[in-house]
Amino acid sequence: MQSGSTQLRVGRQRVMQALETVCDPEVPVLTILDLGIVRSIENVEDIWQIDITPTYSGCPAMNMIEANIRLTLDARGIKNYRINTVLEPAWTTDWMSEAGRKKLKEYGIAPPQASPHQFKLFGDQQLLECPRCESTNTECISQFGSTSCKALYRCLDCKEPFDYFKCH
Amino acid sequence: MSDSKKKYILHLADNALILGHRLSEWCGHGPVLEQDIAMSNIALDLIGQARNWYQLRARLDEADITEDDLAYLRDIRQYRNLLLLEQENQDFAYTVVRQFLWDSYHHALLSDLMDSSDQDLRAVAQKSFKEVQYHLKWSSEWMIRLGDGTEISHQKMQTALNDLWYYADECFVSSEYEEELVKNNVITDPSILAKAVKKMREEIIQRATLDFPEEVYAQRGGKEGIHTEQMGYILADLQYMQRTYPNAKW
Ligand SMILES: [Zn+2]
Repeated sequence: MQSGSTQLRVGRQRVMQALETVCDPEVPVLTILDLGIVRSIENVEDIWQIDITPTYSGCPAMNMIEANIRLTLDARGIKNYRINTVLEPAWTTDWMSEAGRKKLKEYGIAPPQASPHQFKLFGDQQLLECPRCESTNTECISQFGSTSCKALYRCLDCKEPFDYFKCH
Repeated sequence: MSDSKKKYILHLADNALILGHRLSEWCGHGPVLEQDIAMSNIALDLIGQARNWYQLRARLDEADITEDDLAYLRDIRQYRNLLLLEQENQDFAYTVVRQFLWDSYHHALLSDLMDSSDQDLRAVAQKSFKEVQYHLKWSSEWMIRLGDGTEISHQKMQTALNDLWYYADECFVSSEYEEELVKNNVITDPSILAKAVKKMREEIIQRATLDFPEEVYAQRGGKEGIHTEQMGYILADLQYMQRTYPNAKW
C-alpha cells in the first residue's frame, strides 16, 4: 500500500515527465517547461490542475500546445487533469530555463539577452552574439521576424542572417 | 458599474480588432518584405489582444455567448472603437502615422490599466503591454525615418499627419461608461493620460522634423457607436463569412 503522499509524488512525476516531452511547434528544440509556459501543477481533489500561460497574445501555437498536452497525457493514461489558461502574471523570457537558452543557441537562434524591464524606445542596439561564429559584429534588420517571439538579425562577420529570441 | 465595465471592455476589444484588421490588409502588399512581416506581426498581436478582451467580455455576459459572436455578429452601431483606427490604410505614410498616434495612447493606457483595481482589466493589460512597447518602437522609428527622410517622404508624412489629426484626440474625451469607471476608481480619466501622450507625440513629431498640426476639433462618436463611412466596409469584409454561412467553422 502506498501512502497518500507517495502516491501524489509519483503522480506528479508522471505528469511532469509527460509535459517534458511536449515541444513548442514553432521552436521544436524547446519544451513547454523550458519556455516557462507551464506555470503550476496542483492536485486538487484528485484532479491535476495544469496552469499554462501564452507567450504572446496572438501566438497561434497556443491552441496546438494545449492539444498536444492533452494527446500526451491521454496517451500515458493520465485522465484526471484540467488545463487552465492564465494571463496574470504575464509570461516573460526571464522564465526561460538555462537549458532552454543553451538549446536555442545550438539550434541557431540567439537566446534572449538582458531583461525585458530594460526596454528603451531608442538606442538599445545591445551587442548581440551571432549563434554561429560568436562575433558580436551583428546588426538588427527588423524587430519583427518569422514568429511573434523572434527578431531578425544579420552577422557582419560570417554574413549569415539569424533569428533572435527577443526579450519579452 | 458592471454595465460600464462591459461596454469599456468592448471598446478595448474593438480598438484592437479593427486596427488588427486594417493592418492585416497589408499582408502581402508591404513596401519591403521585412515591413510586410512587421505589420503582420503587429496585426497578430492586436487580434490576439482583441480575443483576450472578447473572451473576458463573453465570460461576463449573462447569456451564453462566445468571442466569435462579439466579433462577427454585431452591427455597426454596437462597435465602440476609435474613429482613428477604422481609417483606410491609404499608403505606408498614413499607416505609420495612424499606428503612431494609436501606439502613443495605447502604451500609456495599458501602462495605467496594469495597476487597475479591477483584476480582469489588469490581467489583459499586463499581457498586452510588452507587445505594445515593440509596436510603439516600430511606429516611432518610422515616423522619424520617413519624416526626416527625403523631400517626398517628408511631404507624404506631413499630409498624413494633418489628415489624421482630426481623429488624434478622440481617445482623450471620456464616454459615459469611462466616466463611471473613473468615478469608481477603476480607470484613470483619459484626459489625465493626455498630458503624457501629447508630450510623447510632440517629441516624436519634432524629431521627425514634421510641423505640429494646428489645433482642430476632435472628431468623436466611435466610443458610442457612431462611425465614419469606412467602418461599414470593414465589417462587410470582416463579417462576410459568418453572415453568409452562419456558424461556419474550419
Ligand atoms: Zn556570425
